[in-house]
Amino acid sequence: MCSLALFPPPPPPGDITLYEYNNALVSGRGNEKLPRPVQAQVEDLPTLTIPKETLKAHSRLEHSAKPAFVHHREMLWKRCINAWRDVGVAGVLEELANAEGEGDLNQELGEPSWTDSAKQLAVQWLKAGSRCTLALCRWVSSLHGSFFPHLSLPSEDMIAEFSPAVDWAGCSIRAFAWHPHTSKFAVALLDDSIRVYNAKSATIPILKHRLQRNVASLAWKPLCASILAVACHSCVLVWHLDPTSLSTRPSSGCAQVLSHPGHCPVTSLAWAPSGRLLLSASPVDTAMLVWDVSTENCVQLQWFGGGGVTYLAWSPDGSKVLAATPSAVFRVWEVQTWTCEKWPTIKGPCRTGCWSPDGSRLLFTVQGESVIYSLSFLEYSGELQGQVGGSKTASVVADLSETTFETLYGEERIGGEVHSMVWDPRGERLAVVIRGNYSSSNCRTIIAVFRTRNSPVFELLPCGFLQGEDGAQPQLVSFHPCFKKGAVLTVCWSTGKVSHIPFFFVSGPFPSFSSPQSPLVPLGSQSSAREQPLFSEL
Amino acid sequence: MSPVAREQQLLLRQILGWRAAASIAWSVFLLPLCTAAFISISTIDLFHPIQWITSSFNDLYTSYVIFCLLLMSMVILIISIFNVEFHAVVPSIPCSRLALISKVIHPQQVIHSVVHAVMGMLMAWCAAVMTKGKFLFLSIPCTASESPADDVPYMCLNEYHLFLLLLGAFMGYSYSLRYLVHNMNYLPFPIIQQYKYLRFRRALPLLAKQSCVESLYMVRNFCAAYYFFGYIPRAWIITTMNLHIDSKLHPLDTVAGLLDLSLLYHSWLCGVFLLITWYITWLLFRIYSTEAHHFPVQPTFAEETDRCLPKILNSNPPSILKFLALQDLMFLSQYSSVRRQEVFSLSQPGGHPHNWTAVSRECLNLLNDLTLKLIMHQEAAATNGRLKQPSVEDLRKAPNAPGAAAEESSLQTPRAGILPRAHMPSLVKSSLLSLKTSPVTDLGSNLGSPFSSSPLSNKAGMLELSSPWHGSVQSPHIMRRGPKLWTSYSDLQWTDSLQEPRPSFAVAKVTNEAVQPSFLSLWLQSKKEQIKSFLSKRVLIMYFFSKHSEASIQAVFSDTQMHIWALEGLSHLVAASFTEDKYGVVQTTLPSILNTLLTLQEVVDKHFKLPHVSSKPPRTSGNLADTSYKTLRFALRASLKTAIYRITTTFGEHLNAVQVSTEHNKRLQQFLEFKE
Repeated sequence: MCSLALFPPPPPPGDITLYEYNNALVSGRGNEKLPRPVQAQVEDLPTLTIPKETLKAHSRLEHSAKPAFVHHREMLWKRCINAWRDVGVAGVLEELANAEGEGDLNQELGEPSWTDSAKQLAVQWLKAGSRCTLALCRWVSSLHGSFFPHLSLPSEDMIAEFSPAVDWAGCSIRAFAWHPHTSKFAVALLDDSIRVYNAKSATIPILKHRLQRNVASLAWKPLCASILAVACHSCVLVWHLDPTSLSTRPSSGCAQVLSHPGHCPVTSLAWAPSGRLLLSASPVDTAMLVWDVSTENCVQLQWFGGGGVTYLAWSPDGSKVLAATPSAVFRVWEVQTWTCEKWPTIKGPCRTGCWSPDGSRLLFTVQGESVIYSLSFLEYSGELQGQVGGSKTASVVADLSETTFETLYGEERIGGEVHSMVWDPRGERLAVVIRGNYSSSNCRTIIAVFRTRNSPVFELLPCGFLQGEDGAQPQLVSFHPCFKKGAVLTVCWSTGKVSHIPFFFVSGPFPSFSSPQSPLVPLGSQSSAREQPLFSEL
Repeated sequence: MSPVAREQQLLLRQILGWRAAASIAWSVFLLPLCTAAFISISTIDLFHPIQWITSSFNDLYTSYVIFCLLLMSMVILIISIFNVEFHAVVPSIPCSRLALISKVIHPQQVIHSVVHAVMGMLMAWCAAVMTKGKFLFLSIPCTASESPADDVPYMCLNEYHLFLLLLGAFMGYSYSLRYLVHNMNYLPFPIIQQYKYLRFRRALPLLAKQSCVESLYMVRNFCAAYYFFGYIPRAWIITTMNLHIDSKLHPLDTVAGLLDLSLLYHSWLCGVFLLITWYITWLLFRIYSTEAHHFPVQPTFAEETDRCLPKILNSNPPSILKFLALQDLMFLSQYSSVRRQEVFSLSQPGGHPHNWTAVSRECLNLLNDLTLKLIMHQEAAATNGRLKQPSVEDLRKAPNAPGAAAEESSLQTPRAGILPRAHMPSLVKSSLLSLKTSPVTDLGSNLGSPFSSSPLSNKAGMLELSSPWHGSVQSPHIMRRGPKLWTSYSDLQWTDSLQEPRPSFAVAKVTNEAVQPSFLSLWLQSKKEQIKSFLSKRVLIMYFFSKHSEASIQAVFSDTQMHIWALEGLSHLVAASFTEDKYGVVQTTLPSILNTLLTLQEVVDKHFKLPHVSSKPPRTSGNLADTSYKTLRFALRASLKTAIYRITTTFGEHLNAVQVSTEHNKRLQQFLEFKE
């Protein structure tokens, strides 16, 4: 089963996918005007381009004032006390291991007395002891690291590895989040600032904070006007923005700092759809934290094994949470009593996942495999306490391995591992970022769009490939939370452009029994070939 | 006692009794483990590890260890009984130092301390016996050769044993004081539901760490105390038991005697053992008692009527029962569609939505009470230090609403009687009152017409319309503030401290005399102000009486967990009713719910704008004693906003058809546009 072959060939080079209409993706030249009715729908959504050159990289890397002062030599015990205060036990050990030249000062005074030699001896002993301890610690941590290779990565590489952005380290846009209720979104940029764009207002607040470094993820609080959680290097920042304020630089006093020892870097965040709790996860910490943001209390959900948590997704109905780990296992938590079901995967760690709107189906992908799996869950009612209710096995619903398309402009090879995946709020369109194979040169990162149907049976149909400007690789994808006429997919491109691609379709009220087709009659032959479903439970 | 109350007492005893029993059983079960750890650590011998392990295992089976275990089980039992008896879901927060002192010397607390000291001594005796070595007996044969000729050797005092016993008593007393000062009797409900084992496991490392650190500090303090006062108990014991002092040994109340490393280590270990076992008992009780309880919504049998959720909510049960019921309401509204259906259902003969009426009425009553309380707190904060007369006169001159007087008199509940309620504009009261009573009276009649203008909502709307009550608060004379000595609304009502009778008397007097303002009253007033200002200049008095503003705010919000659950339960139910409520029972109460929520929102907003009110929660340190009651007001603010948003996002544009006052309508529009 090679399902990408059922897709229509990608648009010719130079064309940009503009919108979906009539079940087909329409592409055109970049400077082409959209048809009026289409234009009217997405007019108020801000389209922007943030080229990398305009962003100033942060000037200071050190965040302490130490380098600004002249180095002053102190006694060993004083340095140890300072190190203890700054770093803790590890700092003292480090200081002791590097202690030297303590004797030089004394030697100049002439005859070394017995106290001096005793001191020397003690220092030597301490030095040797702390060196041994440090070596032991390093050995243990390297052993730990050999079980979980990701732990030996420096933290920036770790964020880049697990971030939903394709090229987190190099692209100007690092994270993106739509507000769950209004036309407002936040983008985190390469220079560690965050900009908030609102369709209805011209003010663009720019958020900067001392602790806001290496932003990996953003999340707006549901059922709230303007609270934004930011996953930073060392903490979670929660910005309280006043939606009526005209200020473009909210002070850092508007941000709450949620930090917990051992919980950094934070790479994933998820708000409960009821708006009460915030989950944060770090690939280094085996526990995920449940925050009650208003009171800054947190509860650790400790579950050893797996080596950390890399990706969180809260189901839209609020009943379950997917937590992926860096090793070949992921968990699905049930949120009433916080018990979990463990899912070992065969090939590798779970890369990304998304929930159907009613929380009854989870689609996920695994690193090292180019397929999409589906996992169905029992209908949630409060009666099964402490049970997640997942089915026994996951089924493969789509195979995205590499396929060659013969187009007028030459051969194109598309397919590979899935990097990230989003499902629109109505459960009708699925956008998948397929990361091309690095080894073959002409295989590129591309977005494939599927049409999906969730009830009465789950079905997956091909829709088409999305293409941006020349040389632009998709970086992040996200669906608009409340678009009336269908769905709007927002794509952040590697050029720094953020564009919105509307999909027009009509869907019945939930539960929908009508097929998610465009209002117009399909154009006969063109679409009939494509109606063949990739996957159907029937 | 009414039958309902008796039934509830029974229910409470049933629920809490089982939980307490289970927690005691577990802590007694864990005691041998702690003891084994204690024995093995106290006889630690790194150079002969095998010998050490075997000997400590052998020690476990000896008769005196088993006797100690029995004794300590009894101690644990008594400690648990105190935990159960002293527990509270609403913490009592002393607003000034004097209140704290009065709490410490309260007879109840004295008994608590004394019993804990005795229990601590028992624990220390057990520890001393299990440690063996030089700690084993109180009296030992003298080593000094004073009387070699005698057949009967003199018995000497073993001061090490005495030291440990006194340390145990000291620890017990300190534990009791900590219990009081850190409000350890407060039962915080966890933010997420989890299995008990997981909660216990999560708290265990912190518990062990804190016990170690605390024990260290307590041993230090005890050493200092023993250095100065150690000779008193020693002399007493020696005289009463006719013992001698071994002249060869150092007395322990000297620096050299106290610097005995083995003594310090064993006392520290004894302290750790005591604290860990007691904290485990306390933790288990806390975990068991805050577990969610499942109340039935509809009784399956007739005799269960008093145990189902609406009944419990509506009567006035013991507070922990009410908390559990509200927590259950929150869970059912959020997670269980089946139980929500039961709430929305109609009664079988008659077709009345009794369940929904009871639930919503209780939630609204709670929220309205909170609104009233907050308004009064704000008034108290705003009127500090000014003469109370003007606003009273204003009130008398302007009898605005015709029904106001009657309603006002009916509102004079005994609890509110002493409050400076004259400063609350009457219109707020009446509108609140109408809200408060309306769901009860008008519900049945308004069933048919969901969004039509019911008389109730009209009335409420009209009253609200004509009452921009915040205007009066912003009037200039209220902004005047001066030195304050005793005025906080909160301790007028709650803290039964020493200074309590005086301010209430003063307020009552002022309000009485305000009817005929005379020269005499004015003179009295000025005298009183003079006395106040005179007293407030005395440093010592100020030290004891000065109010910690943060504490008095915390006291206002001390029971707010209840309101948070009511808000969440209500809003989830209303949101679910959009699709699940077949008979439209929720729609009839929607206007009053919205009114209540929006009024509360205004009041809470105003509260956070008061001076001395921090807008951010204080940093919580990793402390075993939960301080979540200090941050409840922030949780309330967040969940109130979320609750309103939950209703507005679910109903959307339909809310425009609901009858609310224009003021509230404006507010609702802002919520609909996500601009709050």
